[in-house]
Amino acid sequence: MSSVAAATGATSFIPASTRRRFLRRNTWTLAIYGVFLALLLVEKIVHSSLGAFDFENLVIYSLPLAFAAMGQATVVLIGGIDLSIGPMMALVNVVAATWLATASFQQSILYALVIIVGVAALGALTGLVITVSRVPDIIVTLATGFIWSGVALRVLPSPGGGVQSVDFSNLVNGELWGVIPEGALVLAVIILVVWLPFYRSKMGLSVYALGSNRTAAFLSGVNVARTRIAAYALGGAFVAMAGLALTAATSTGDPNSAANYTLNSVASVVLGGVSLAGGRGGLLGPVAAAFVLGLIGIILGFMQVDPNWALVIQGVIVVLVMLFAGVLTLRRQQ
Amino acid sequence: MSLLAVRDVAKHFGAVVALRSANLTVEVGEIHALVGANGAGKSTLVKLLTGVFRPDRGTIEVNDQVRHFPSPASAQQAGIAAVFQDPTLIPDLTIAENLRLTNVAAPAVRRCLQNMDLSTIDFGEIVGDLPLPLLRMLDLARALARDPQLLILDEITAALPSDLAERVFLVMRDWRKQGRSVLFISHRLKEVGVYCDRATVLRDGSDVGTMVPEESGEAALVELMLGPAAQDLPAEASVSGTTEINTGHTVIDTAEVPLVQVHELQVGNEVNGVSFDVRPGEIVGVAALEGQGQDALFAALAGRRKRDGGDVYVKGSPVSPSTPYDAIRAGMVLVPADRVEALLPQRSVHENISLPLYNRIAEWGAIRIARENRLVREAVQRLQIDVRAQRQVRRLSGGNQQKVTVARWLAAGFQVLLLFDPTRGIDIGTKRQIHALLRQLAAEGIGVLMFTSELPEVQLVCDRVLVLYEGKVVRELPAVAADEAALLHAAHGLTEAEGVA
Repeated sequence: MSSVAAATGATSFIPASTRRRFLRRNTWTLAIYGVFLALLLVEKIVHSSLGAFDFENLVIYSLPLAFAAMGQATVVLIGGIDLSIGPMMALVNVVAATWLATASFQQSILYALVIIVGVAALGALTGLVITVSRVPDIIVTLATGFIWSGVALRVLPSPGGGVQSVDFSNLVNGELWGVIPEGALVLAVIILVVWLPFYRSKMGLSVYALGSNRTAAFLSGVNVARTRIAAYALGGAFVAMAGLALTAATSTGDPNSAANYTLNSVASVVLGGVSLAGGRGGLLGPVAAAFVLGLIGIILGFMQVDPNWALVIQGVIVVLVMLFAGVLTLRRQQ
Repeated sequence: MSLLAVRDVAKHFGAVVALRSANLTVEVGEIHALVGANGAGKSTLVKLLTGVFRPDRGTIEVNDQVRHFPSPASAQQAGIAAVFQDPTLIPDLTIAENLRLTNVAAPAVRRCLQNMDLSTIDFGEIVGDLPLPLLRMLDLARALARDPQLLILDEITAALPSDLAERVFLVMRDWRKQGRSVLFISHRLKEVGVYCDRATVLRDGSDVGTMVPEESGEAALVELMLGPAAQDLPAEASVSGTTEINTGHTVIDTAEVPLVQVHELQVGNEVNGVSFDVRPGEIVGVAALEGQGQDALFAALAGRRKRDGGDVYVKGSPVSPSTPYDAIRAGMVLVPADRVEALLPQRSVHENISLPLYNRIAEWGAIRIARENRLVREAVQRLQIDVRAQRQVRRLSGGNQQKVTVARWLAAGFQVLLLFDPTRGIDIGTKRQIHALLRQLAAEGIGVLMFTSELPEVQLVCDRVLVLYEGKVVRELPAVAADEAALLHAAHGLTEAEGVA
């Protein structure tokens, strides 16, 4: 009885207008989580023995894209775009597979940190080049993409390498107490420890300001150069995690393994409710969208759809969702 | 000792000289006006003072110390805070987040808003959801909360209804009383005359004089702004407040079929059953306070919004434009309030003018270069567009941009011209040219429907005026009777009886 009163007291403590605005700002994110749950239901129907193993599979399958989507979203939020995500993941993949092939768990963690810091630095450099040269993001990252691809092929011309430490690959593939996929935990921890403090910092606000209206942000005293460099650096760190997750999931290095991730990360970002013009959205939406895309693939697999047709169906679903959302937005504006 | 001293400052962008040599001093405890025609360099000077641009030459001194402002933040640290012409609040963030972003304490802003009778604003609102006038007031409150020595207000009153503008003036006076200074930029010379201690006039990128407007009068300011070139301009439209009243420029044949007939027009809940005619050769004014349905009325006529009821006839045949393309085909063209909306900012003057020539698919083949050149040349000449910076329209001054939006319709041909506040933020010389052009066009038999927020303009150009209030036409006045007092009365929804009482 008293707990009920306390609960209602707590909700009425938050003003109605605040709740309304929260819903308005996060409608899309909530909707994409709704879609995810609905798809889980569909999977349950087509695959009746759905269990912990399937969740683990889904996490292993979707985790690289989830991190890639976070990297893309960070850059898209400032009004940029990163076309070098796939090639960078490939580069991380071949370097990691080479280094981790003979490393202990502690060494592996150290190597992973070195890679994350290194890729973040390369991201910062990309942001610096864009700022200094005033060449559009899309062109600079297209060019750096070629560079990373070339370097990846130099490092490991044909598939090879691997991950020796089982503990390390279990960070993605393992499970806690036999139920909770460790990859999901790692993702949650990264979001809580890296993204949330950033989002709540002044730098986070600057990122949104820059994407929302660059001129107004500049006139408000936002340091445009520093903000862009920070966004590309953080995006780079997430892309490094995506490459590491891919390495742990496949246990091999392959310079051609990540070709699809660039455009898939853009699809996740759009599906996850981030405005491609910048300034609107977050990281939780794209993460959910990455899982939705993964889940669609898995469901179509269970239904034994020809993989080529599966791609067509995935594309059609993305278009339909965007169409539906577009119509809803249009109606709300009128 | 002056608070601010600008000495021989120059700035150019490519080949275009924005500031040739500008000098300006602002004393402590002074409201100082900066006036000048469009393109005179006012906005550029403001941007140099606020660290947006860096000067090519010259010095800026604050409290007798030479200062350099490499960024807007550095100018703020030197005690200069500005409210720019365009809102600088980030649309996708809440008010509170905007304040946090710019390191301004929310309670201080709250206090400033309370002083302006705006204490009910919820700081959790997302900025993009708020109306423009309120954003201007928020910008002002934020600038005040920084407690600057010099407050720069660049055209702040242009987007404000008169009651909010009054509060801005109160704030300015209060600020002066506290021994601080204001640099006030406005096209409304009346405001300059009433509220400013001194005024510096810029012309063609140089300062041409500083005067005390109370002593010299507004006319002297205008003369200085216009310079010797002013004599070449048509004298038809004169400075606001003078005696020349339009007593019906055209003889209108009432038996003729009206060019436009609007019958019981309904648009959302903003326009409620509006009916009127525009005859060939007639300029019909629309006057209203902010937000009385004028936006929706023009949007519906120009095909930008769907109407929810009523009929519109052009030359007796019904039209129901659902896109601007339909409206243009029916001969009804719009010059919108926001020039940026109408123009392709990065394309040339030529392309901007010739664009509507190719609306029809039949015109999608080879461009008839000779015809295009002739039409564009004629339009440019007729409007006296300054084509020095013609390679990109965005480099033109506001007045010249507005001329380009009119010129494109001259080239393409039309029957009805819809103008939404065509002279807002435009200097007086260009204003006169536009007024003269409208009379000329009317004499050629086209019809004009023009909303204006500058009430004296009604008597200068229009034949009659419709006053909108809450989406209805509450009064129709011939130009002779449409002086500012009568229009204001009607626009506030007062009946004639109340007006007398």
